[in-house]
Amino acid sequence: MNFPIYLDNNATTPMDPRVLDAMLPYFNEKFGNAASRNHSFGWNAEEAVDYAREQVGRLIGCTSKEIIFTSGATEANNLAIKGVYEMYGSQGNHMITVSTEHKATLDACKKVEKMGGEVTYLSPNEDGLINLSDLEAAITDKTILITVMYGNNEIGVVQDIKAISDIAKKNGILFHTDATQAVGKIPVDVIADGIDLMSFTAHKMYGPKGVGALYVRRKNPRVKVTSQMDGGGHERGMRSGTLNVPGIVGFGKACEIAQNEMAGEALRLGVMRDRLEKELLTMEEAYVNGNTLHRLPHVANISFKFVEGEGLMMGTKDIAVSSGSACTSASLEPSYVLKSLGLDDELAHSSLRFGLGRFTTDEEIDFAIGHVKTAVNKLRDMSPLWEMFKEGIDLKSIEWAEH
Amino acid sequence: MAYSEKVIDHYQNPRNIGTLNKESKMVGTGLVGAPECGDVMRLQIEVDDVTGIIKDAKFKTFGCGSAIASSSLATEWLKGKTIESAMEIDNMDIVEELALPPVKIHCSVLAEDAIKMAINDYRVKQGLAPIEDNKKHY
Repeated sequence: MNFPIYLDNNATTPMDPRVLDAMLPYFNEKFGNAASRNHSFGWNAEEAVDYAREQVGRLIGCTSKEIIFTSGATEANNLAIKGVYEMYGSQGNHMITVSTEHKATLDACKKVEKMGGEVTYLSPNEDGLINLSDLEAAITDKTILITVMYGNNEIGVVQDIKAISDIAKKNGILFHTDATQAVGKIPVDVIADGIDLMSFTAHKMYGPKGVGALYVRRKNPRVKVTSQMDGGGHERGMRSGTLNVPGIVGFGKACEIAQNEMAGEALRLGVMRDRLEKELLTMEEAYVNGNTLHRLPHVANISFKFVEGEGLMMGTKDIAVSSGSACTSASLEPSYVLKSLGLDDELAHSSLRFGLGRFTTDEEIDFAIGHVKTAVNKLRDMSPLWEMFKEGIDLKSIEWAEH
Repeated sequence: MAYSEKVIDHYQNPRNIGTLNKESKMVGTGLVGAPECGDVMRLQIEVDDVTGIIKDAKFKTFGCGSAIASSSLATEWLKGKTIESAMEIDNMDIVEELALPPVKIHCSVLAEDAIKMAINDYRVKQGLAPIEDNKKHY
């Protein structure tokens, strides 16, 4: 085993060696600009991009023409949300999203508000799923876009995308989903799921960083977005800028591998994740955050009450995980996603997120279980809250000297 | 964030974890912070009734590594001090000793507050007036 063990695959994944092999020739040998139409360097690059576009399209069930390559999912989210607002602003200025979305979505929505739009932020249930009746109630005759993420990055909860898209369709509203954590991990099919726009990225599925895509539906309905990056009119005019050919080739390869191996991989990771979770939940006062039935197979978010997440991570330095603790963020606020579920700040501070991946082994999971248990026990031994809990003192009854 | 060697040392080998009898007249307890803020420190001192010197100090802390290290260090410093010199422990001394980065200064402030609260708890038990703390933290 190599230490530290990487269990933060929701943040990013290591590149699959097969992806790297596919990319390498496009850095020097086949370095052409895919937009160069008058020599073989350009034609070779274009051919490679076209091939990758098909690989990407096949994974999500769309045609290659519906893929707009971007620098990643953040850009794709921005393009979808601001691009729809600008393109369809004359039909209405209202959008609906959820408070547990990624910042790329929330901040793009904030920008829309600054530009004069109105945005409704739905609160999910305690398990992270949204109430469809809340969604329906939020729709107005001005609503032009519903954007709800496929699988959540912190807790892995998978929304009922088909039901949400049905509601959007019924009301003549476009539906965008940030599927960054889902594509390549679980089956995502834009036709079956009724998706109009979808953001995703290569580096969460064993591809390179710096390349992602926005799926933009071309039929029933034909969707367009106003470009947010102006220039040479690349990507059907929706995203200018010289194409990142090696990155796109790698993205394509990553999609192809995911398509071939996803079913087995999801099964394997699900078994490992469940084992990790079951073992950790044998500890007292340990809780899973988010719905466990509708969830990505490789994610577990667990709160260990009475220990603080950053302190815990310091004690688990042989594994790389992340925490919803405030101390790990620049803002000094605990995870807004966990808070949106209605979790006490205290529990949000006590959470660890485990993200398993293609290269995670059973041996590593065994190690992680023991390592986390040891650290939690050690920290509880020095936690005044744990002592009070053990003495039967209700922590809520104490008047805390807050800072 | 990279921790200083001293923070790591205190985190891995915390000094004086434990609980003193908070009912004892010779024991002062300070409990500061709040669970929802992600930091709770409990610091206790036991004062020798003859010499007036702090003969034991214990802590328990819920918090990040810097909070644990700050309180661990505080207990080390408290032992053997008189109440008067314990009152003079400044949070910036802790910051300096542990090389805490600016975002972790609040951990040292908590430790200082816990010390003062423990001392005042002891003083009140002894029938003395608590010492007013007019210090502003920056």
